[in-house]
Amino acid sequence: MDLTSVYRAEYGRCVATLTRLLGDIGLAEEAVQDAFAVAMEKWAQPGEEVPRNPGAWIVTTARNRALDRIRRESTREARHAQALLLHQPEETEEVGPVRDDQLRLIFTCCHPALSPLAQTALTLRLLGGLEVPEIARAYLAPEATISQRIVRAKKKIRDAGIPYRVPAEAELPHRLPPVLTVLYLIFNEGYTATTGPLLRTDLSAEAVRLARALADLMPDEPEVLGLLALLLLTEARRPARTAPSGEIVTLAEQDRTLWNRELIAEGHELVRRCLRRDRPGPYQIQAAINAVHTDGPATDWRQVLALYDQLMALTPTPIVALNRAVAVAEVHGPAVALAAVEELDIPGYHLLPATRADLLARLGRTDEAVAAYAEAITLATNDTERTFLETRRADLADEARG
Amino acid sequence: MHYLMSVELDQSGPRPTEAEQERNFARVGAVNDEMKAQGIWVFAGGLLPYDSATVVRVQDGTTTMTDGPFAETKEQLAGFWVIEVPDLDAALSWAEKCAEACEAPIEVRPFDGLA
Repeated sequence: MDLTSVYRAEYGRCVATLTRLLGDIGLAEEAVQDAFAVAMEKWAQPGEEVPRNPGAWIVTTARNRALDRIRRESTREARHAQALLLHQPEETEEVGPVRDDQLRLIFTCCHPALSPLAQTALTLRLLGGLEVPEIARAYLAPEATISQRIVRAKKKIRDAGIPYRVPAEAELPHRLPPVLTVLYLIFNEGYTATTGPLLRTDLSAEAVRLARALADLMPDEPEVLGLLALLLLTEARRPARTAPSGEIVTLAEQDRTLWNRELIAEGHELVRRCLRRDRPGPYQIQAAINAVHTDGPATDWRQVLALYDQLMALTPTPIVALNRAVAVAEVHGPAVALAAVEELDIPGYHLLPATRADLLARLGRTDEAVAAYAEAITLATNDTERTFLETRRADLADEARG
Repeated sequence: MHYLMSVELDQSGPRPTEAEQERNFARVGAVNDEMKAQGIWVFAGGLLPYDSATVVRVQDGTTTMTDGPFAETKEQLAGFWVIEVPDLDAALSWAEKCAEACEAPIEVRPFDGLA
């Protein structure tokens, strides 16, 4: 296992545990980064290798080094952390509904005293292990803005005394929506990575893991089940999403035999449970859309369109409108869909010009399609997606020249 | 941790009626009693409206005094609590009760230590 993979896999978990041990996010991050620095050096030595449980090694090392350091320091955080560490009981059962350090940290990061953008940026940084450029991409926002928000959020947690605890049962229902948003974004980043290869499997796996834990904790919250279903049904299609050469394969062209049947079955079952609850919500509807995509040999686009109409009624955003337009094209033809797409403005979002390009191509407006693909290419930051768009553009340009 | 919980009231409109004042007084009193019973009450008080305020400035050794509040805003400080609780969640939970009792927004701000 190479060190970079270990870092990505373990960073979030270790920060979460150290936050519990030290009672301060900043100290926890420093401790974990410190331990990783030691680990990188040690494990790279000849004759040394990465231990079987690197996370445990990191946590132990981080804790010991933190203890050493705070004994030497006298800041308020350090004194508080020292008191916490020294009084830490040995492995005790955690009190409260959440037993998982990471879930506890995610609820803390998603505290209502933090702005929604700060919540998500902080969680993505601490738990998702995303770097600032990746978060900036998820928000179509400048890196400096994201960086600043993270710094401020950590400061607010410390200054205002936001506690590192699990919300009480009664608080959980209104503490939940930001958590769902964050998990969705993490999964999405893993599924369509900002830079480099298309799929960062570790991130998506992490999002799924957290979503499962959340569903375990709140089995009666339909939006939680809806989110999990959405992630599973999307994850199920991963094996078919890229060709062996690494290129993107569109939904219509995917080899459905490659899809993960167990995840699909699980996702469908969750969607059925949600339908019985009859408390619709955006994640449940998106899950239902994906359930339709994964039901049978071909997508029933009329059903998909009907579901997008429902989704638009709940969350009328430009991105939902764009996705709806794709369904419109399948049901009412590309001309109608193009009219809808041309009313949309989503700055920086490559899928808008890409969708426009596809519709223009289908209408035989080849030159315009080529131009639209060119626009999409400038906006795409994922290599694999860019390659896909470049291939489309090149093929069309060839066609135009005849 | 100590928190200041300020009541922000729009005092530009008509003054509350006597009946409304009595009702608020009773509700706020109930919150104060609860706080004291739980041992978290440090200090609290309602302020007379903004037109009873005076601002004092000293610049280059010269003192000036102005009639009226410091901030020329619609929302004015109408009163405040100082409480001592373990963390923000506890403070926010009390702030909810205060906001309900006062029918006004409450700003919750941590102290940077106490003098």
